[in-house]
Amino acid sequence: MICVTLETLTFDRLLLIEFHPLFSGGAAPLVESISVLKGAPMKPTTRSLLASGALTAVAALALTACGGSTAPAESTSSPAQESEAAASSATLTVWVDANRAPVLTEAAKSFEESSGVAVDLVTKDFSKIQEDFLRQVPTGKGPDITIGAHDWLGNLVNNGVVQPVELGETAGDFQQVAVDAMSYDGKSYGVPYSTENLALLRNTDLAPEAPADYEQMIAAGEESGAEFPFLVQVSETGDPFHLYPFQASFGAPVFGTDANGAYNAADLALGNAGGLEFASWLAEQGEEGNLRTSIDADIAKEKFVSGDSPFLITGPWNVEAAQEAGIELAIDPIPSAGGEPAQPFVGVQGFFVSSKTENLLAATEFLTNYIGTEQVQTKLYEVGNRPPANNAAFEAAKDDETIAAFGEVGENGVPMPNVPEMAAVWEFWGVAEADIISGKADPAERWEQMAGDIEAAIGK
Amino acid sequence: MTMTTRQAPGAKHTARQRTAERFARQAGTGAGALLAKIALLAVLDATAVFAVFTALVRDSILIAVVTGVLTLVINVVYFKRGWLPAKYLIPGTVFLLVFQVFVIGYTGYIAFTNYGSGHNSDKDDAVMSLLQATQQRVPDSAGVPARILADGDDLALLVEREGQLLWGTSESPLAPADPAELEGYTELGFADLLARQQEVTSLRVALSEDPAEGSLRTTDGRTAYPYTSTLIWDEAADTMTDTSTGTVYSDTGVGAFTAANGQQLMPGWSINVGFDNFTRAVSDPSIRTSLLSVTAWTFIFAFLSVATSFFLGLFLAIVFNDQRMRGRKIYRVLSILPYAFPAFLGGLVWAGMLNRDFGFVNQMLFGGTSIPWLTDPWLAKFSVLWVNLWLGFPYMFLVCTGALQSIPEELSEAAKLDGAGPLAIFRLIKLPLLLVSVAPLLISSFAFNFNNFNVIYMLTEGGPRLETSGLNVGATDILISMVYKVAFVGAQRDYGLASAFSIIIFVVVAIIGIISFKQTKALEDLN
Repeated sequence: MICVTLETLTFDRLLLIEFHPLFSGGAAPLVESISVLKGAPMKPTTRSLLASGALTAVAALALTACGGSTAPAESTSSPAQESEAAASSATLTVWVDANRAPVLTEAAKSFEESSGVAVDLVTKDFSKIQEDFLRQVPTGKGPDITIGAHDWLGNLVNNGVVQPVELGETAGDFQQVAVDAMSYDGKSYGVPYSTENLALLRNTDLAPEAPADYEQMIAAGEESGAEFPFLVQVSETGDPFHLYPFQASFGAPVFGTDANGAYNAADLALGNAGGLEFASWLAEQGEEGNLRTSIDADIAKEKFVSGDSPFLITGPWNVEAAQEAGIELAIDPIPSAGGEPAQPFVGVQGFFVSSKTENLLAATEFLTNYIGTEQVQTKLYEVGNRPPANNAAFEAAKDDETIAAFGEVGENGVPMPNVPEMAAVWEFWGVAEADIISGKADPAERWEQMAGDIEAAIGK
Repeated sequence: MTMTTRQAPGAKHTARQRTAERFARQAGTGAGALLAKIALLAVLDATAVFAVFTALVRDSILIAVVTGVLTLVINVVYFKRGWLPAKYLIPGTVFLLVFQVFVIGYTGYIAFTNYGSGHNSDKDDAVMSLLQATQQRVPDSAGVPARILADGDDLALLVEREGQLLWGTSESPLAPADPAELEGYTELGFADLLARQQEVTSLRVALSEDPAEGSLRTTDGRTAYPYTSTLIWDEAADTMTDTSTGTVYSDTGVGAFTAANGQQLMPGWSINVGFDNFTRAVSDPSIRTSLLSVTAWTFIFAFLSVATSFFLGLFLAIVFNDQRMRGRKIYRVLSILPYAFPAFLGGLVWAGMLNRDFGFVNQMLFGGTSIPWLTDPWLAKFSVLWVNLWLGFPYMFLVCTGALQSIPEELSEAAKLDGAGPLAIFRLIKLPLLLVSVAPLLISSFAFNFNNFNVIYMLTEGGPRLETSGLNVGATDILISMVYKVAFVGAQRDYGLASAFSIIIFVVVAIIGIISFKQTKALEDLN
């Protein structure tokens, strides 16, 4: 599947790519999510039809249990249990993508039974949700709750379409990185359900040992005799999302962080000395042919799947294709190029509450006591194949080696910045990287120009 | 449509015609046709009534009125005898109004607003959202178990803190609960909470007389948390005050609460900005330079696309029209093939074939060189034109073949007798006659290519990006793809500016259309 970088995709382009014979190798994957926000890198995934089919049965078994088990420990009993009279006419409208709709149907049914609140699930294309939500909430016709990605948050808050959600005591049930990602300006705006991040996929036939650093990886790659020592998608417009771990290993995060670990948009760290080192490293690697702008997501995946490279830096969405091709996979941390840990960005998916909902109480109840629970999160994990945000569900999901390995890499990652200023960064970041890799521009000069452009765009 | 449609209006009626008409009337308009008419109009009316009610329920008076009036007009026109032209024109006119006039009007309206990121709703929404977002839970505060009590319309919050029962309402701050005071209050069950959830979730009970200490609020009806709020909305003064810094933000008419130092609170709201978007398009240097270069390229692209595909199509049409050529049918079918290929798919396939390191073109045709077909500004322009030629020539080929075949052979034969060579015949006889029928198509083809979003976006996405431009535009961007990028790409969506660009495009295309159709009138005189 493609991972089209930055500079947008139109809906129809997206649609086409999915069906495009030239680009889909083997099983046709589905683009599952796109951060529409200034072409933040999208996270395509493959999904197993089998899993979604089998799921309904499992979900039915498990969800019967999730009604009353989560009342707060305090004196009041769960109101959900008290209400037998389903007198309320409240209906919660929830936007959800097609993959997750079957799981939520079960959760919605059990919520409906215990609370009397009807849940109307509206299936939408994930890639269109942000745009539609931004436009429809102000008209009053938007949903009460929507599924979404955490990096939309800055934009959603800036447009006043979401409101804070009180996770209360349940905040401790989630992975810290997920809760942080769903927070903006110190307030939590949603209930996370899964995380995803990049890692290093290794073909163990070609490279039996996990590389300790970048040099070792290249050496092992060259030794293996494969066409490419390692693969990462770059594409003509650059792919800063996939290159970020290397950048981080040079000590050049995008933004500095404040005392609470929240990103501080005023402190652009991209252009620091580490960033310049990273830029010259990019130029070097481009010259040696280790990084190529002509390698886009499809080509990277295809070449790895066909055994032309022992290493591929990618996310969980490409695991299935590699396994289907019979490749013996190991999932390792991304090797450091600059000495410091190569931290990938962690993307978090979750649910947001509309600022104009008339059903805040029902929405909060549904999110914190149904969606946030281990049972539902486990179900969501089974269709999405991403590490669940709920700690207990995550522990349980670790039985799957792939999930455990990706999760482990993700635990050392950093949340992808969700501040709206990030959009300005995406706009200039990738093109500059592509220019440097392809040797079109002097690395230091181009990198400094980029940092200047970003600063100017943020300051506007 | 009934018998009236069979009548030629204004015809002089001879006796014979009248008889014929009577027969026609009897044959064509039985009760069946009338019933069908009534049934169709009934369905339409029922739908319209439903639509009017829905619109009224949602307070959309304008939509209700427009729907009502349109339905009334349709009914009158179709039930009235005569008025034949109106019967024909009404459906088209309605669709024209809905799909063209309304859309253009709405785009025009948006062009005069600052609708876009951070300004996507009205002021009430912005105020509401700001006040919602300013609710900050007191750091590290613990939640307290809470119950909601009600006495008629009054709500009270009963909480248990450190073993002590406390209560309060929106007027009275939290105080120890006295059973006597609680008399008359009943506890709300979950169903009651749901029924009154807006009241419940907006209930705030101050922790003490000092508002700075914050207030208790519950969003689930079970646990209350202390919140503080740093923004205070003064409705009378129309200001927002940040209590933590003391900054006063007021509505200065820019569509957001703005502090004296120019700092704005987001979200703002959408306002009418007059001609701002248009003046920005021409006065903001970064926008103006991109707009100018993109406009120039749009004209070049549209003109060259039409010219190249027309001449290639014409050339092939002439060649394949020659009786002496063998296998003409096969050639014709082959040349029409690209036409059967959807343009966006064609763009994507070509994008793959033109990939620098892995594409078919470089690998197979150029022996593995790395020609940057899509990433060098000039080559990208060439590639876009090339692919558009590939997509566009079959259409021109078809059109020219048809037009050529309709030119009587006698004309060329007569010319031949007069001693004209083949080139002269083509230049002086065939081409002018051809242009009579093809010129309007060339104009519409120009207008189409002027807005040919598919080819550009599928092939290069407008890239490679122009380094010097302040807007996100590239070397192959045409106006329409630039509008798309301004409106739908990036975080700073600016629907207002994009609409202003759209209006500019509309005007340009309209002017070109008018001028060129006037010109083609001259060609028609040839006939």
